[in-house]
Formats: sequence, structure tokens, C-alpha cells
Amino acid sequence: MGRHRVPIFLESTPALMSAVGHAPPPFFKRGPAPLVRLAFFVSLSLILLVADLRFHTLEWARLGVATVAWPLQRITWMPIDAAGDFGSYLTRQSSLLKDNEELRRRQLGTANLLLRQQHLEQENKRLRALLDMRARLPVEGRIAEILYAARDPFSRRVIIDKGIQHGISAGQAVVDDIGIIGQVVRVFPLTSEVLLLTDKDQAIPVEVQRNGLRAVLAGAGAGTMELRFLAANAEVQVGDILMTSGLDGVYLPGLPVAKVVKVDRDNSYSFARITCAPLAGVERHGLALVLGGRTALPPQPDDVPAILDRPAGGKRGKKKAR
Amino acid sequence: MQPTHASRRILLPVRNWFIVLTLFLALLLNLIPFGRLPGIPDWVALVLAFWCVHQPLKVGMAAAFVLGLAMDVADASVMGQHALAYVLLAFAAAGLSRRVLWFPLSQQALQLLPLFLGMQLVMMATRMLSGAEFPGVLWFLSSFTAALLWHPATYLLLTPQFRPEDKDVHRPI
Repeated sequence: MGRHRVPIFLESTPALMSAVGHAPPPFFKRGPAPLVRLAFFVSLSLILLVADLRFHTLEWARLGVATVAWPLQRITWMPIDAAGDFGSYLTRQSSLLKDNEELRRRQLGTANLLLRQQHLEQENKRLRALLDMRARLPVEGRIAEILYAARDPFSRRVIIDKGIQHGISAGQAVVDDIGIIGQVVRVFPLTSEVLLLTDKDQAIPVEVQRNGLRAVLAGAGAGTMELRFLAANAEVQVGDILMTSGLDGVYLPGLPVAKVVKVDRDNSYSFARITCAPLAGVERHGLALVLGGRTALPPQPDDVPAILDRPAGGKRGKKKAR
Repeated sequence: MQPTHASRRILLPVRNWFIVLTLFLALLLNLIPFGRLPGIPDWVALVLAFWCVHQPLKVGMAAAFVLGLAMDVADASVMGQHALAYVLLAFAAAGLSRRVLWFPLSQQALQLLPLFLGMQLVMMATRMLSGAEFPGVLWFLSSFTAALLWHPATYLLLTPQFRPEDKDVHRPI
């Protein structure tokens, strides 16, 4: 008997409860509660954040949206372009003449070097052939205009007006007439993003021009860079010029990068704090040259202990993965 | 008598296409490359907060999320950074909507300022946790500009809903 009564009681429970305690059905459908929606969207954003920051898996989505939004972006540049055109229209003739004069003078100054360059390259090729060394590959460049600085205040990037359509690929070095500006990190069909040298994520292998000391130069934000992991007694002076060592296989060797502006040797730390300023107009705008990609370096020899190349290797791997 | 703003004029119902249009225009305004000029407000955040306060049933966190993704691509920032900040802003603004409309416009702006600042703090937290540099104190200026623009933005965005005032001494409303 008792066994029969229990199911009957259970069956009647919903009707009983709705009559007593349940809320009536809502008049208007409003979907899930705000807190539920908040939790959903916040977790979705967090997943996106992690996916983009940690695994770099969202580049295709970014490429798609950027391609669709390109005409819109072009429209929004019009006020800035118009302002620039208006400004240049008002530029006085005298300043233009002065500019012209200056450029002519500089061209004449470098003509000497340019004329001898051909000769020197020939000579270099012959000497290298004599010494049985691998010939240096000719590197072509592509002139690009820096359109604007990216709006993101947390990183130092600029957008240039050449992209996949013009054969730009991620990893290429970008230089101006004085030295290196940065590196292409993201390519869209008609534009690309250049990560400037002064960005905190950017590291570049350099050597001191005076004595060939090799080191890694990393961006420190706010227009400065820092020479990292050099011993407190390292042979670096204020005013030294740093140029690329070419060890990373990304930058050509011998391009000027930065100048040492401050050396702080504190004995309580094992490393010296060396602050540098970029030589090229990294934070200025204008024309830039995107250098062609370099062919891969020969593989590392196997007998080098893994510990030795770990710091440099880590940096390099990170940069290439972008 | 209670000092109310919302009850001062009877508004026409809002048109959906107008909301979409204003959000789209705000997105366009945000695309203008000002670079690192401080004090340029985040137009999308301003318009989004406005509609979340005035029409919490029509504009909510889903719209905020989509707009945030668009801004992430446009800004070349990390995917999800603006989306997270805008979703939190939309949630807070919708929560504020029942209370804040009873205040005069200047006090409304004062109540929305912490929301804009909080949104920027969220963005800063997400980026600095991932190792980005501090953008400088001046970056927070854009929140104050957005709060200052609350007054004109209200009149601009409510214009299509106002109807001509028909003065009638016998019927005061």
C-alpha cells in the first residue's frame, strides 16, 4: 500500500507547488537574466583574449574583419587627409625651396658614396669568390608610406600602405633613411602593421659598432630602448652606435639601430642598465623602406649544448611566431 | 515636486534603425586615426552607454560585444579587450538606467564618469597583465571628455524623439 502512495504524491507535487509558491509565467519574454548574459559574454571575451594572446589563433578572423572594414577605414581617413592637404597647400614657397635645396645638397653629398658603391660591390663579390665564401644575397626593398599610428595606446605600431597585394609578409624589416624602424608583424590585403623598435615586445640582436660586442636590444616604451643582459663591466660607452648583428636571420647585418644615451653601472646588480635612443625617426611619420625577407640561416650545429642558446632562441622563436 | 528630467517632455518611441545608425557612425568616428592624441573620447563607448541607459531592452551586452570586436580589429589591439570592457560598460549602464534618468544632465554625466573610467581600467588591466606598457595618465582624459559630451550627446541622440511643443494652457502636459 505504502509503495503505491509515494508515486502518487510525487506526481501531484508540481501542480501543488505552482499553485503555492511559483511565480506566474512572465508576460514579456526577456531572455536570460542580465547576470547570466554578463557571465556569458565576459567568459566569451576572456576566451578570445586568451586565444589571441597566448595561442595567436585568431589572425584569420582579424584578417577577414579588416578586409571587410577596409573601405570604411579609407573613408574615415578623409578628414585627416584633407587636413594634411590643406596644411601642405598653405606651406610657403620659401620652405619648399629650402627643402629642395637641402635634398639636393644631401644627394650631392652621398653621390660620391653611391658612385663608389657599384665598384665596391663588384670588388666585394670578387674578393668573396677568391676567399671561397658564400655570396651576399642582393636584397630588394619596397617603398611604403606610413599612414598613421595605430590607435592602441598599449603598443607602438604604425600602419603602412603596402600589404599582401604588394608581396609584403610578416617578419620583414622596415627601415628609413637613417636606420631600422621596426618589423612587419601583421599583414592585411592592402596595409600592414609595423611593430616599432621601441615597443616592449620587440627585441633585436645588435652589436656595438666600436668593438663588435653582441647583445640584445629590447624596447622599453616611451621612445627608448634598453640593452639587456650585459655585465656591469661591459665595454659600452655613452655615444656608442649599435647596429644589427644579423644573427637572428631577420635583419640584415650592419644596419644602424640606436645610440647609447645612458650607462648606469650599479654594482648591486649583475647587469648594467644601458638606455639607448633609436637613430631612425621611429616615432615620426613619412616614407619607409620594407626590406625583402632573408633566406633562412643554416641550422644550428647539433653539438652546442641546449642551455647555451636558450635565451636568444626563446626571443627569436617568439618573434617568428608572430 | 520632484526634479525629473525624463518626465519633462514626452518622447516619441525610438526607431531601431536610428540606434543602429548612431552606433555605426560612432564606430566610424572611432576609426579616424588620431594616433596618440590624448583626450579623444571613445565615441562607441559614449553612444553605447547612452543607448544602454535610455533603451536597456533594445541595446545590451550582445551589441556591446559585437562593437567591441569591431574596435579590437580596428585598433590593432588584442581580440577581446574592447569586447570585455564594452560588455561590462553595457551591464553597468543598463543597471544604472532606472535611476540615472531622474537626475539633471550634468549629474547624469557625473554618474557615468566612473563607468567610463572603469571601462578604461578594465582595458588597462587586461593589457598590462599580458605585459604591455603603461599608456600614461593622459590616456584617461578621454573618459572625462566622454562625460563632458554626455550633455550634447543626449540632445543630439534624442532629437528624433522630441516632438514639437504644443502649448496649451488648459492641458498642461
